[in-house]
Amino acid sequence: MSVIAVEALTRVFRSRSGPLRRPGREVRAVDGVTFTVDRGELFGLLGPNGAGKTTTIKMLITLLVPTAGRATVLGYDVVGQAREIRRRVGYVFGGDRGLYERLSGLDNLRYFAELYGVPPREQRTRIAELLDLVGLAGRERDRVERYSRGMRQRLHIARGLLHRPQVLFLDEPSIGIDPVGARELRATVRRLVDDGTTVLLTTHYMFEADELCDRIAVLAGGRIAASGTPADLKRSVSSGTVVEVEVFGVPDGAIARVHAVPGVRSVVVEERGQAQNLIIRAEPGAEVTHAVMGCLDEAPVGRVATREPTLEDAYVELVSRS
Amino acid sequence: MNLVRLVGVIWWLNLKMRSRSAFDGFMNILWPLFFSTTVFLMFRSTGAAGGALLSAAVGASVMGVWSSTSTTASSMLQQERRQGTLELVVAAPAPFGLVLLPITLSMATIGLYSMVVTILWGRFAFGIDIAVRDPWGFAAAVAVTVVAIGVLGFLLAVTSVRYRTAWALGSTLELPVWLIGGFLVPLAALPDWVRPISWLLAPTWGMAAIRDAAEGRSPLVDAALCLALAAGYGLVGALLSRRLVHSARVHATLALS
Repeated sequence: MSVIAVEALTRVFRSRSGPLRRPGREVRAVDGVTFTVDRGELFGLLGPNGAGKTTTIKMLITLLVPTAGRATVLGYDVVGQAREIRRRVGYVFGGDRGLYERLSGLDNLRYFAELYGVPPREQRTRIAELLDLVGLAGRERDRVERYSRGMRQRLHIARGLLHRPQVLFLDEPSIGIDPVGARELRATVRRLVDDGTTVLLTTHYMFEADELCDRIAVLAGGRIAASGTPADLKRSVSSGTVVEVEVFGVPDGAIARVHAVPGVRSVVVEERGQAQNLIIRAEPGAEVTHAVMGCLDEAPVGRVATREPTLEDAYVELVSRS
Repeated sequence: MNLVRLVGVIWWLNLKMRSRSAFDGFMNILWPLFFSTTVFLMFRSTGAAGGALLSAAVGASVMGVWSSTSTTASSMLQQERRQGTLELVVAAPAPFGLVLLPITLSMATIGLYSMVVTILWGRFAFGIDIAVRDPWGFAAAVAVTVVAIGVLGFLLAVTSVRYRTAWALGSTLELPVWLIGGFLVPLAALPDWVRPISWLLAPTWGMAAIRDAAEGRSPLVDAALCLALAAGYGLVGALLSRRLVHSARVHATLALS
């Protein structure tokens, strides 16, 4: 049986306006999403801002009631059996909110240990163990308002693990953490999965998803644009090559001309200081480099490289297609 | 889950949190000084003395407890929402009402600072004789009143989980409760139609119990009525909290956006 089973899950947000609270705008944040996550699996939800990742997680951890569809976590229904789910899942989100600033890190953990019913006799050892795990031992008596962003994030992770959850929901957990901290976080997540914890992760960092996730679903506009293993997703766009051209000032109309080059599937422009990086995805066997250079008129060109598609390329293509 | 321990630990940690701001601590001392000074000057200008002045001192001190609780209880959930902890508290398995109740009780406990300050201010700045005839009864009546005010704060706060703008409720009710709770004006001086509202307010009976003990009468009946009403508020609040949390999940009001 799947640990997480989501079937045609939909969430609509309706805003109301005016003194009579007349119905205003309606936003379909999640629109008929279906997926399953197996025990001990690390499942990634990828997607641009507003794609519906956080809304999906919030429905699964019982903070939002779905407008339509059904979801179960560990066999419990997210609407009718919320308390059963809350006992067994952990939730960690990125950023520096979600902590009591005037309390110490230790008191924050005590607070949530009580809310999760961690037995008093176990609390001391469990908290010490987690402080060691996240590298906050020795700083636990400092007030959270004196913590750096990375320390807060690590405290969040300790908080989410207090009650040894069977399923852990990580919503962009590495946001704002330095590269070393992010690497340690990935190692911690990997260890948890190895110990049997099921993890649902959302992230904007493709290398993180590529390194960690067993399977991924790409969300765009509230719907699943594609799903599969990272290798599956790369393969879905790998029948072709990627050409990267560094240009210092892309001429007017050049992007449209590059699009029109036979064999070009998509063009993405990344701003890099004074230069722009054109990422051109081409059909298999198509030699587009020469024609693309011709579209750039006399614009100064830096590095030109041809490479195999990465998960990020797959992601960009899947998201731009939908 | 040990619910008594849950309430105790949350109360203690919230008390710790609220006692740590030097600014808030200063305001908890300064603010009651303003209205107690006003009250003492008003009473003195009318020639009040003895029991009347003691009654004014006690009334002004309970005003401080109520003000401290009413204004912060309603806005507290909005603050939790802003700092992202409201969702985490709701996502935990502990019953939401049992987490909220000790938070508002901690606010009422903080209000005790202003009670002490008011009484000391009355004694040393205005020479009011704080001769409490029944000290044990007085202490018990104060404790019951503080708990009742905390539970009334809980009832106010619980609506904020569903309605983001309900934070204004506490400030709106601060002054009316001063008046109809008989903190300063005797209930007999209020219009007849207001009295049933006063009787439904637990602080009215708490106030009466404190005055009874201070003047040597038995505070038992008034304290029992105060506690009974507080228990009623607690029950209503607990039932409301379950409904309102579900409604907040439906209407997506647990987060700011």
